Amino acid sequence: MTALHDALEILIQTSLWIAAVRIATPLIFGTLGELVCERAGVLNLGIEGIMVLGALVGWLAVHQGSDLWTGVLLAALAGAAFGLLHGVLTVPLALSQHVAGIGITLLATSLSYFGYRLAFPQITTPPRILPFTPVAIPVLSEIPILGPAFFVQTPLTYLAFGAVTVVAWVLYRTPLGLAVRMVGENPEAAEAQGIDVVRVRLGAVAIGSALMAIGGAFLTMSAFDAFYFNMVNGRGWICIALVVFARWTPGRALFGALLFAAFDAYQLRLQQVIGGVVPYQIFLMLPYALSILALIVMSRRATHPRALMLPYVRGDRR
Amino acid sequence: MRLEPRDHAPAWLSACVPIGAVLVTVALSAGLIALAGAPIFRAFRLMFDGAVGSGFAINETLTRATPLIFTGLAAAIAFRARLWNIGAEGQLYMGAVAATVLGTGAIDWPPTLLMPLLLIAGALAGAAMLAGPALLKTKLGVDEVVTTLLLNFIVVLFVGLLLEGPLKDPMGLGWPQAAPIVPEGELVKLATGKRLHAGFLVALAMALAAWVIDARSTLGFRIRAVGLNATASRFAGIGVDRTLLWTALLSGGIAGMAGVSEVAGLKGNLTLDLSPGFGYGGIVVAMLARLHPLGVIATAIFVAGVFVGADAMSRGVGVPSYIADVIVAASLLTMLVALLLLRYRLRWR
Repeated sequence: MTALHDALEILIQTSLWIAAVRIATPLIFGTLGELVCERAGVLNLGIEGIMVLGALVGWLAVHQGSDLWTGVLLAALAGAAFGLLHGVLTVPLALSQHVAGIGITLLATSLSYFGYRLAFPQITTPPRILPFTPVAIPVLSEIPILGPAFFVQTPLTYLAFGAVTVVAWVLYRTPLGLAVRMVGENPEAAEAQGIDVVRVRLGAVAIGSALMAIGGAFLTMSAFDAFYFNMVNGRGWICIALVVFARWTPGRALFGALLFAAFDAYQLRLQQVIGGVVPYQIFLMLPYALSILALIVMSRRATHPRALMLPYVRGDRR
Repeated sequence: MRLEPRDHAPAWLSACVPIGAVLVTVALSAGLIALAGAPIFRAFRLMFDGAVGSGFAINETLTRATPLIFTGLAAAIAFRARLWNIGAEGQLYMGAVAATVLGTGAIDWPPTLLMPLLLIAGALAGAAMLAGPALLKTKLGVDEVVTTLLLNFIVVLFVGLLLEGPLKDPMGLGWPQAAPIVPEGELVKLATGKRLHAGFLVALAMALAAWVIDARSTLGFRIRAVGLNATASRFAGIGVDRTLLWTALLSGGIAGMAGVSEVAGLKGNLTLDLSPGFGYGGIVVAMLARLHPLGVIATAIFVAGVFVGADAMSRGVGVPSYIADVIVAASLLTMLVALLLLRYRLRWR
């Protein structure tokens, strides 16, 4: 009985909800980035590697003396560069998006690990940086529970919320967003409207990948203060599942990432209550199992952009 | 810029393009070696000698190639049907778990029976791991890329759980490792004092079998047809879902054998570092071989050589051994572009 009581009491702890929003932040960036790519018709399995790269580049830049925001910018640029590489391989060159994406993940991950070992050859514990610190938003942070959870976070979390708003506004309220959605649904029609399909897709993949890289950078510059091997640990793949869960819309992506992170934060605390009885690995499996479950639940209702994974070759009949 | 299909590639192009792809990869690795401050030619020499420079080196490379042949075949078979099995890593571990459960003393059979039993059990475990995602794909339309990828993480955690619980070796001094495979279940060493084991021969046999299935059986024909055009295959009366399920069983089964081979042939017992990413490496192996089962043997040996050679280079001149992963990933991407240039002409306008 006390275990159940303790398990329920976790839910009203402010620290749970603060942790949930913190855990959600890289997922929001990653899911949003993947969503932008997929809305333009390009599946980006490079996400896992691009997040690793962002985590390394941002942290390394700060370690070498840049200020934090320069680090974030450099991480975003590195992500965009690899996104562009994926874009060139899959859009004008029309290679398989699955295989090219896996290749990008392998390349970006291995280059990051190589770069880390190059910078710190013999080190076992990585050097630390001074990471972003939480900034309380006046008035809003006074709201009980939700105030500290949403408005006493590091600047990158606010940037994530901002990015969701901007992406949603651009996608649904601007001609550019219409063009992005159009090349993802019906590239032939877009072309007939005078839209340069290749250019729009390349742009979307580069921007989306930059967002993913910032998500990775959050891990080393905000959630933690150092780079570790395997620190992204499948978050990129989880984001791909979250895009499906979100049915390719930014608002639901935000909601999905928060919901997912709340579960994750909850299981971390639940471990301390019933951890003696249940092996800790079971708890660690939950996020991945939950992602699969989300895919299964949404499988009936999720309809992906019609031209997703279909390369567009001008003049080709289908 | 646009792509224009070629009728056939001119001979000079067929020769030049792959060489160009190799040169790009070599140039990239030379750049990384220079960045690490090592002498480039000496480093490449060390790498080459480390991979194939002596009998010992070749033995090591073939040992490292063994699991990659299995996982490469698993990827090649699945990708032919456009079943994106990225879960060979998890299937490998489940195969190893099956071999550990049956092969550490639970069954008291002579070697001629126990060895094949372990291989079959591992294959069944691997096949079962991929059957789930395949059924989710065919019945509910759930994308198998994400499910197989996520299952890799779940399986590794599951193995960790087993190694700290039911499968923990009581004689293991507290380390999270399983009891050793009994001698009757071991895949024998091919030469005394060397590490190459019978798993390599099993891998070669599987490649041959996969090639026969691919080229000479109706199942192989169906697999290729479904991969080329699932809709047309359905109209032609091919049971697409059934074919995908068979593909999954074959692919997952061969990946599961990789785990048995590593546990019963090389490592002796199950640990959490059984595979340094052989499942993912298999994808590169398969793509470099253009999904041809016999080609997988050659490309697995190439990829293994890069890894073994890079270790030697790392010891010799201090270049981080992660360079091997970079070279392998880069060769995948350059080869993809090279093959594309052979099939299509790029028109700038």
